[in-house]
Amino acid sequence: MFGSYTFDWTPVWNAAPELLYGAYVSLQIAVLTFLLGSAIAFFLALAKNSGRAILSVPANAWIEVSRNTPCLFQIYMLYFGLGAIAPSLDSYSSVFLAITFNNAGYMAEIIRGGLKAIPPTQTRAARGLGLTAPRAYLFVIVPQLIPVIYFPSVNQFIWSLLNTSLGMIVGLNELTGVTYSLQSITFRTFEFFIVTAALYYVMVKIVTALGAWGSRVLLPNATKGERR
Amino acid sequence: MIVLNNVEKRYGSLEVLKGVSFTVETGEVLSIIGPSGSGKSTILQCMNGLEPIQGGEIIVDGVSVHAKGTNLNTLRQKIGIVFQQFNTFPHLTAIQNAALGPRRVLGAPKKEAVERARVQLEKVGLGDKLDHYPSQLSGGQQQRLAIARALAMEPSYMLFDEVTSALDPGLVREVLETMKLLAEDGMTIVAVTHEMAFARDVSTRVAYFDAGNIVEIGPAREIFANPAHASTSAFLSHIQH
Ligand SMILES: Nc1ncnc2c1ncn2[C@@H]1O[C@H](COP(=O)(O)OP(=O)(O)OP(=O)(O)O)[C@@H](O)[C@H]1O
Ligand SMILES: [Mg+2]
Repeated sequence: MFGSYTFDWTPVWNAAPELLYGAYVSLQIAVLTFLLGSAIAFFLALAKNSGRAILSVPANAWIEVSRNTPCLFQIYMLYFGLGAIAPSLDSYSSVFLAITFNNAGYMAEIIRGGLKAIPPTQTRAARGLGLTAPRAYLFVIVPQLIPVIYFPSVNQFIWSLLNTSLGMIVGLNELTGVTYSLQSITFRTFEFFIVTAALYYVMVKIVTALGAWGSRVLLPNATKGERR
Repeated sequence: MIVLNNVEKRYGSLEVLKGVSFTVETGEVLSIIGPSGSGKSTILQCMNGLEPIQGGEIIVDGVSVHAKGTNLNTLRQKIGIVFQQFNTFPHLTAIQNAALGPRRVLGAPKKEAVERARVQLEKVGLGDKLDHYPSQLSGGQQQRLAIARALAMEPSYMLFDEVTSALDPGLVREVLETMKLLAEDGMTIVAVTHEMAFARDVSTRVAYFDAGNIVEIGPAREIFANPAHASTSAFLSHIQH
């Protein structure tokens, strides 16, 4: 019977506004959780590197759990699990917080890897000048860190954009969630999933292109600043 | 004046400084010589508080470096330090490297910070390299940039840690010249060095350091002409041949 399947794209076309809105929700979650996750990741990385158990143990626990359990479980824990001990979260909040948690763990390891590429003597020289520790980070370490972690971070962003599709499981109307409910109403499963896959593909391609463009604008002297 | 009083320093169970005492008078050039691993770099890094100490005291212009409540960032403004491995900031041009301290430590307006940086870069002979990145400079030029960066803070003291050791032989002289000019300008200098010509001809005093302590310290000419200790003469004859 498969060979005689007749495609009907009309329901998909009619649902374009809903699909685009779903894509917007996915993108919004991806961008915000990436920014928030990266900010947290910076402190997780410093805490894990601090050599002080009171900071490094919790930071390490966060990093380990977020990277070594499925993101789906992390969403479930917040959506269903938290209800057992605290007011339960709505689907948007649980997806948002779980992906932030996940991003923070992965970005922390990317940042830690980047920090390893910067000789510790750079910090020493900066502190030797009289810069405070935060200023040494801001003016000496971070500018050298950005070129190192830039492309891994773009990859992590793409990964978390695709991870937003897990929102479907808790009934969130992101792109996959929207697609799932539309196809179950219209029974045009194939058509909807093909179009949605294409939308993800296009979004990732745009992110990749923006990433490449951003690297030329943000890192103009990445090649000049090579290390000895 | 910098006073070290019975300074003890350990890394874990490794005793690196075993009760070191000496004084650096204002205006003098003190060279510290001694075998590898004896703790020379450690002394310098303790002097500006980059390394904590476990015993004794270091006093810079009346301020105890490692006392609680000492603002190390303020203290470091008057103690410049230059390392063996240059440690120039690779993401900044020469002028940006040298302006960073005045701008971000002293809070000088950008124009003034850049002007201070330019004066020092010209002084070390890099007036035509202001917009070069460190990777576009030779080793000797990078080391002179590191010196200019420290000088832009207008420090009272300069600490040099084997600043010529990582350089090709042909580039050593330009850096030593720069240090010599600085000494002639009256800068107070503590230089850990393997350059015996510098120690002999430029410094006012020489300290021979071995196994975590000063073995002897005295006027450069005396130490070189008649060292009081057998280990000093052994080291000198070894390094000069
Ligand atoms: N951060 C550190 N942690 C542990 N041990 C250290 C550290 N820094 C230095 N040491 C040890 O302390 C001792 C003194 O080191 P230091 O660098 O002061 O010697 P040095 O006299 O400057 O030697 P060189 O001439 O090779 O530079 C050495 O045994 C060294 O291995
Ligand atoms: Mg040394």
